[in-house]
Amino acid sequence: MNVVVNGESTGVVLGATLGVVVDGLGRGRRGFAAAVNEEVVPASCWDTTVLTDDDRVEILTAAQGG
Amino acid sequence: MGTGGATSLDALEAALRASGTAVATVALRRVDVDSRGSLLDVLTRVGVRLLPNTAGCFTAREAVLTAQLAREAFNTDWIKLEVIGDDVTLLPDPVELLDAAETLVDDGFAVLAYTNDDPVTARRLAQLGCAAVMPLGSPIGSGLGIRNPHNIALIVEQASVPVVLDAGIGTASDAALAMELGCDAVLVASAVTRAQDPARMAAAMRHAVEAGYHARHAGRIPRRWHAVRSTPQQGAPKLTTIDLGAP
Repeated sequence: MNVVVNGESTGVVLGATLGVVVDGLGRGRRGFAAAVNEEVVPASCWDTTVLTDDDRVEILTAAQGG
Repeated sequence: MGTGGATSLDALEAALRASGTAVATVALRRVDVDSRGSLLDVLTRVGVRLLPNTAGCFTAREAVLTAQLAREAFNTDWIKLEVIGDDVTLLPDPVELLDAAETLVDDGFAVLAYTNDDPVTARRLAQLGCAAVMPLGSPIGSGLGIRNPHNIALIVEQASVPVVLDAGIGTASDAALAMELGCDAVLVASAVTRAQDPARMAAAMRHAVEAGYHARHAGRIPRRWHAVRSTPQQGAPKLTTIDLGAP
């Protein structure tokens, strides 16, 4: 199935969790936050949050600003 | 200090250290898998407290979601709430700002609200329960200094929460003026990070903030229209008898 990760369509295995997608970026998890379909998902729930086709996933972290 | 505008993480680290700041703002952006170095590592090493912001948000809804994500990412309830009205001036949208502030305060955030230099909006934000108000001196990144010192003084006068002068500072004298007007702190980003020598400008800001703070509390002399002698006339020698016709 396909989900949209940070604006880009990405193929993932059926039943993939948010945790799998975050780890797929290869940048660890520290200082990250994630939202699925504009809803915040706490890090403690990433490994139990199963994605479905066309979910919009945002994975965010600190950037220079303000 | 704000962390925006630095040309490298090394330059940012040097500036943060030179500034003596206790707090640094960070934005929340999509993870860049190609990025090198970690901003969080730098901020941890310097030992500053993180103040996430909602930079780039145009609506209360976006700002609230961004704040909630920042809380998850950085494990802090502090949020610098920024809701702007347009891309040209980057000025705050007071309607969306007040809406977002109310929601975030109810959700348990310590809201530091970036606001126009309007005493009424600042008062409303404090009444809503914001932890601090952050009036702008002039538009973000403009370096135009404090365009309405009187309004900043009014905001300070009525403030029930700390006042942090945010945005518009161009050089050290602007920061000193903010403190002389009674602000509790200043937030400086572009003025430092985009200076030719960021670490040196950061040091200048540090001195300016200290100078302004002490001047504020030292009790300045009143402004007078005419001169007031500091040297007594009594005992002055009579050296000339020519009348020059002075008043």
